Amino acid sequence: MNFLFNWMYYFASGGLILVGLYIVLVKTNLIKIIIGINFIETGVNILLISIGYIKGRTAPIFSTTDINPADVVDPVPQALVLTAIVIGVAVLALALSIVIRVYKHNKTLDVTKIKGLKW
Amino acid sequence: MRRVISIIILLIIAGGLILAFSQIPFGKNKINVANYYIKKGIEETGAVNIITSVVLNYRGFDTLGEVTVLFIAAIGLGAVLFVERKVQRKVSSNKEDKIKKASLILRTGTQLLFPLILLFSTYIFVHGHLTPGGGFQGGAIFASAFLLMYLVFPKQSINKKSSSVAESLGGLIFVGIGLLGLIFSGHFLANFLPKGVPRTIFSAGIIPIIYIAIGFKVGFEITVIIDNLLERSK
Amino acid sequence: MIFQLILILIMIILAIAASLFKDLINAVVTCAGVSLITSILFYFLQAPDVAMAEAAIGAGLITAILIIAIKKTERYEK
Repeated sequence: MNFLFNWMYYFASGGLILVGLYIVLVKTNLIKIIIGINFIETGVNILLISIGYIKGRTAPIFSTTDINPADVVDPVPQALVLTAIVIGVAVLALALSIVIRVYKHNKTLDVTKIKGLKW
Repeated sequence: MRRVISIIILLIIAGGLILAFSQIPFGKNKINVANYYIKKGIEETGAVNIITSVVLNYRGFDTLGEVTVLFIAAIGLGAVLFVERKVQRKVSSNKEDKIKKASLILRTGTQLLFPLILLFSTYIFVHGHLTPGGGFQGGAIFASAFLLMYLVFPKQSINKKSSSVAESLGGLIFVGIGLLGLIFSGHFLANFLPKGVPRTIFSAGIIPIIYIAIGFKVGFEITVIIDNLLERSK
Repeated sequence: MIFQLILILIMIILAIAASLFKDLINAVVTCAGVSLITSILFYFLQAPDVAMAEAAIGAGLITAILIIAIKKTERYEK
């Protein structure tokens, strides 16, 4: 039980990355592939923040004067993940615009039927 | 055939992930670079929120890169979905008579909620250096207010020209303040305004000004993205 | 601690369900559910800034953009 409590966040992140990779590799609908890419990005963000977590400490905002500087969590991974979330939404919007354009040209969303992507 | 090869690849990747994650202890003290940021953060920047001072002062150049990536994504979306004007008007006149009007509660509630959501988002990105929040979160909430108006009123749209002007102005203010820091203090994006008293609103130098510019820029950018996807404004 | 373990199990089940649905609107709703549980987990990991960003962007704007894209293409996966 203690083993599970110590590693459960890594299981969450690894599980999301593997489910996202399975969707990208196996499914043939273009919008499902984009949902899979979103899962991979969410899994990596959870991994980054759970690396910076220290047991027993609090959030790195000194809103009152009685928070000791030796009592806060690591603030650098949180700054990196803030950037990563915003870039994730930008990439997803651009990918969806390309999907809409491909649908208008080919009238189908199946990856195996669009010319040039045969396995 | 495709499924079998994919599951074999996934098992290999899972083995690699387990091997890598077992080397990282969970919850132990691993702070290396951030010791300096936590100790000297308040007296060097004046912002009480350490994440804000890391994002805008110590690693401010990465934030400039992120704002550029958002800008390129918005431009790319507008360029890929560009439709000629004659074709668009012919297609849209067929579908407009099938949309039903929204109910009275929805219309009245949205007209009451729209300025309150805009006020709330402005509060979040003005107080970015005192409480959790900042430009990107406030910008996303700003865009969701316009999204609510788009969903309820099917014939209204924003003025795209003034939104583009406001978005470009936000980006120009960010780069302009960086160049002013270069002129006054010797390096790009230096904090040249006075730091003030911590935990008040007029503190932390250039950080609130940059967050206000970023908040408006991100808000209008995502609104223009949604408007391009819905293809509604003429 | 037990609460976080239950939330993580629900999140993995929702992610597996998103790959099995044939109606694409159902897949988008489960994606919003995964984003919501991620935002709650960020709060338990003492990161309030990131929780606010994930809730506003992941559970709000991504869902809206995906539903608009589904409206312009097909709804059911064959």
